[in-house]
Amino acid sequence: MIRVVLPPHLRTLANVSREVALRVEGPVTQGAVLDALEARYPMLRGTIRDHVTKRRRPFVRFFACREDLSHELPDAPLPEAVATGAEPFLVIGAIAGG
Amino acid sequence: MSGVRVLVGTRKGAFLLTSDGTRKKWKVDGPHFMGWEIYHLKGSPAEPNRIYASQCSSWFGQVIQRSDDGGKTWQAPGGGVTMSPDGMPMGESNKFVYDASPETGKPLTTHQHYDGTQRPWEFKRVWHLEPSLTDPDTVYAGVEDAALFRSTDGGRTWQELAGLRGHGTGPQWQPGAGGMCLHTILLDPKDPARIFIAISSAGAFRTDDGGTTWRPINKGLKSEYIPDPAAEVGHCVHRIAFHPSRPNVLFMQKHWDVMRSDDAGDSWREVSGNLPTDFGFVIDVHAHEPDTVYVVPIKSDSEHVPPGGRLRVYRSRSGGNEWEALKKGLPQRNCYVNVLRDAMAVDSLDKCGIYFGTTGGQVYASADAGDSWKPIVRDLPAVLSVEVQTLP
Repeated sequence: MIRVVLPPHLRTLANVSREVALRVEGPVTQGAVLDALEARYPMLRGTIRDHVTKRRRPFVRFFACREDLSHELPDAPLPEAVATGAEPFLVIGAIAGG
Repeated sequence: MSGVRVLVGTRKGAFLLTSDGTRKKWKVDGPHFMGWEIYHLKGSPAEPNRIYASQCSSWFGQVIQRSDDGGKTWQAPGGGVTMSPDGMPMGESNKFVYDASPETGKPLTTHQHYDGTQRPWEFKRVWHLEPSLTDPDTVYAGVEDAALFRSTDGGRTWQELAGLRGHGTGPQWQPGAGGMCLHTILLDPKDPARIFIAISSAGAFRTDDGGTTWRPINKGLKSEYIPDPAAEVGHCVHRIAFHPSRPNVLFMQKHWDVMRSDDAGDSWREVSGNLPTDFGFVIDVHAHEPDTVYVVPIKSDSEHVPPGGRLRVYRSRSGGNEWEALKKGLPQRNCYVNVLRDAMAVDSLDKCGIYFGTTGGQVYASADAGDSWKPIVRDLPAVLSVEVQTLP
């Protein structure tokens, strides 16, 4: 299972705790993980990436294994530790604004 | 006894203020959606316990919320009615996608940006929700970047009325300091096919066929901040209001100038008269006196505070030009708040109640048509919008 950590506002919106577990079929990529997340929690569609273009919202970041993966291509493989479930994939609300 | 419910949208959540018809004691309920910007809430005239809310955040985008029990519980209509234990909705956030179909979306491509270059339309947030006068499931949404959407299924799905952006002047529209927002939607109670809208900074527009075709209605407006002060579009209209019994008479607070039209917007004349400054954001009309109009003059251009630190509502009983200052109960020194464009509303009790909210978090109410004022609450987050429902 893939572990995904959500920021507080999205936990509230999806009514989940800090971390959710997802089954991802095929290669474990950023796009595949977000597809699985949105399929399981449809209320999150549009909150992490654009409904149509699927581009990451500007103030949202993706971290894993102490690396910033925000600018990786959506179909690039995520680290092995994320694919095995040893490490979570973190969705972060950027430090910005008030 | 009848009562009122005041719906307050703020930078950090929504609040519902309720009172009986005396409007002396108030109950404050909230915050709902804490930490999210609530640009606007409005109840359905056809079913008052149905309330629509625009919830958004710079981080996570737009969510439309709906209550069917007067604001006790909420749901995101796209995802069914499942509720989480803390009352938050479990539904899909709503999808506002500009119409780009060859039949209706063409050539809806770009608008003017601050620097004069052309930019593609990009959805940012819903500024204003206007429920149908007759159908609780139909609601209009005015959005940034400026466009008009409509839902006919209670907020689940949204379709753009693309004839507005596509009527021809769209590429000349440009954002004001607050963004390129469609902030005013007036549904004509006498003619279901007629809708008025206003955009900063484009101007006012009208449809006479239910939203299929649109035309600018800005003749008579003069704006020194655009190259041609009398241009067809480009005017920073801040707010339009009418009395439901007389929808052909429109009142406008523009970025400078209070205006009036007696022909449904075909022509406008200035009625700023003796106002201390004719800049401001809100404008509204007394519920029982169609010629009694309210504004809150604000010092500008870049200051956006009450003149002299004195917060005053101005009332005209003659449809403009002659204005009186209403200050009893309002702070008359050291007051430097603003009153934003969607932050004034009236109830329909006798005497008419007037309400407005400030960027300092106060919501003021007058139960005597503006003669005297009291704060209902003083320390909310910055108020973005105020609407009032008069309940049986």
